[in-house]
Amino acid sequence: MALLEIENLSVEFPTQGGIMRAVDGVSLKLDEGEVLGVVGESGSGKSVTMLAVMGLIPFPGRVKADKLTFNGRDLLTMSEAERRRLTGKDVAMIFQEPTTSLNPSFTIGFQLAETLRLHEGMDRKAARRRSIELLEQVGIPSAESRLSAFPHQLSGGMNQRVMIAMAIACNPKLLIADEPTTALDVTIQAQILDLLMNLQKERNMALVMITHNMGVVAETARRVMVMYAGQIMEERSATDLFASPQHPYTAALLAALPERSEGATRLATIPGVVPGLYDRPKGCLFSPRCAYATEHSRNVRPELKPWAGGHIRCHYPLGDPNRNAEIQADHPVGAEAAS
Amino acid sequence: MLRFILTRVSLIIPTFLGITLLAFFLIRLVPGDPIETLAGERGIDPARHEQLRKEYGFDQPVIVQYGIYLSRVLQGDLGKSMITQEPVLTEFSALFPATVELALCAIVFALLIGLPAGMLAAIRRNSIFDHGVMGVSLTGYSMPIFWWGLILILIFSVQLDLTPVSGRIDVLYYIEPTTGFLLIDTLLSDEEGAFWSAVKHLILPTIVLGTVPLAVIARMTRSAMLEVLGEDYIRTAKAKGLSRFRIVALHALRNALIPVVTVIGLQVGVLFTGAILTETIFSWPGVGKWLIDAIFRRDYPVLQGGALLLGIVVMAVNLLVDLTYGLINPRIRHNR
Repeated sequence: MALLEIENLSVEFPTQGGIMRAVDGVSLKLDEGEVLGVVGESGSGKSVTMLAVMGLIPFPGRVKADKLTFNGRDLLTMSEAERRRLTGKDVAMIFQEPTTSLNPSFTIGFQLAETLRLHEGMDRKAARRRSIELLEQVGIPSAESRLSAFPHQLSGGMNQRVMIAMAIACNPKLLIADEPTTALDVTIQAQILDLLMNLQKERNMALVMITHNMGVVAETARRVMVMYAGQIMEERSATDLFASPQHPYTAALLAALPERSEGATRLATIPGVVPGLYDRPKGCLFSPRCAYATEHSRNVRPELKPWAGGHIRCHYPLGDPNRNAEIQADHPVGAEAAS
Repeated sequence: MLRFILTRVSLIIPTFLGITLLAFFLIRLVPGDPIETLAGERGIDPARHEQLRKEYGFDQPVIVQYGIYLSRVLQGDLGKSMITQEPVLTEFSALFPATVELALCAIVFALLIGLPAGMLAAIRRNSIFDHGVMGVSLTGYSMPIFWWGLILILIFSVQLDLTPVSGRIDVLYYIEPTTGFLLIDTLLSDEEGAFWSAVKHLILPTIVLGTVPLAVIARMTRSAMLEVLGEDYIRTAKAKGLSRFRIVALHALRNALIPVVTVIGLQVGVLFTGAILTETIFSWPGVGKWLIDAIFRRDYPVLQGGALLLGIVVMAVNLLVDLTYGLINPRIRHNR
């Protein structure tokens, strides 16, 4: 049985201009101890998907799914109180901005102990002892004296360690890290990634690493899910995906990495922007920016289908030997879009 | 921290001078003088008037008079009331507790209702409750205090006969002024029913004086709360699985209180201004009514001294509020 099972998850936000669909039909299975990388541009729905798993979609957002279970328990029918017993204990999350994610008016010690006392029922003393242990585990020097520190007295990297300590306090089965290193210095980024990966291995917890940094994914994840405009575009093992991307979007993302443009005078880019509320294409969501788009792909939305050891949402996967012929037969329009 | 206090205290000096200047010259712009008021309807012989003016020193140039006044104030002498011949400071200290008692009750009333109302309005944003609270508080903020006081007297005292119209306590009781606060003094005395009488007399003035601060606090709490509820650390608190009540009442409120405390400090000045009107409406024997009476009697020393003393109190309270920021906002505490 998978630890986390999501089938056909959608998250919608009513806005003045209509319904904004931030997540559109996402399905996902995550096993215990698995590391999944979720990649995509800003606004691709990667964070919102995971916030839905946490039950943190703010009002008036609506979450719909055919199935949403964690550890065999149905998250959709669960009462709010039951859900709260799960979040912060079995499923925990850390966020992008460590310094603003901690409450400025309370000490580190208070915020850490709060989780322990709520979920583990510890008394003040036990919670304090455990807090010190946790701070030591995440590599904070002189942990005991840090308990009385306020977040503004610590650096961003230290605060992120505190956030991690708080998230792992109750030994979660699943940790969701939403761009945990984006706001940090490059040198600190590597340390925080190492810390997360070590904790994941030690505790055999499942880890979802949300990022727009392909380098982070390559270093951490065994499986990668590429999202675009709220949909999964490609989902395969990390080694396969990096060696031979099957979706034109994945290929374009990888080509845009500076280290792959060595010797070129300009970095590769993907023309255009992610579709918004008003210009959502009828067919493939990536078709307006795709170099291989055809009349067919502009009008018919591709389904997520099994492909090359994973899943892909494309009419013409890059590894398909017949794709050129198919593109020709479907009246290509991609050349003009690309130019 | 010491430096902070010193800068703040040094700012008091120009404010202090400003108050003496304003109080001194403004009252002298008003036609008439204390001698005429003392003489009353009968009038006074012009020669005698001139003689008295000389005695009080009113015949000298105003600038010279101001110089003499200022040098006396700096020596701690605020002068005597021209009507009662009592030292200004003695009169002020006798009446001030009544004003403080009323002001404290008003601010407590404003906080007890304003804070929860603002919080609830923020949580139920755009609901009927929210619109109701904001509408009512805008009305309260815009309402003239004397009109509001008279309406309340009409309804509760005249029509319903529930509350007394004026004073601090029924004339039946004599209470020894131990602390000057009647609520405490009546409890200390063994006069039966005195405490309830004092409470009954406080109700209407408290509501009238507390209305404007209540409106300001409710609106401020709501907007501060709305801002705080959108912060990242509230999402973190939710991700920890904390209950909604704990998130709002602890994690959000603690941060939302920071701007609200500033506003409460600023309301102290408003409270004293309001006290002047409220005390007049309800014949509340405090410094507000004392000052109004002084205006009508052209009692120069009382007006100048009263304004100065009130000014000092407002400045002191504001300084105190600034110092308490540190208690609720750790970022300030550690930066100084």
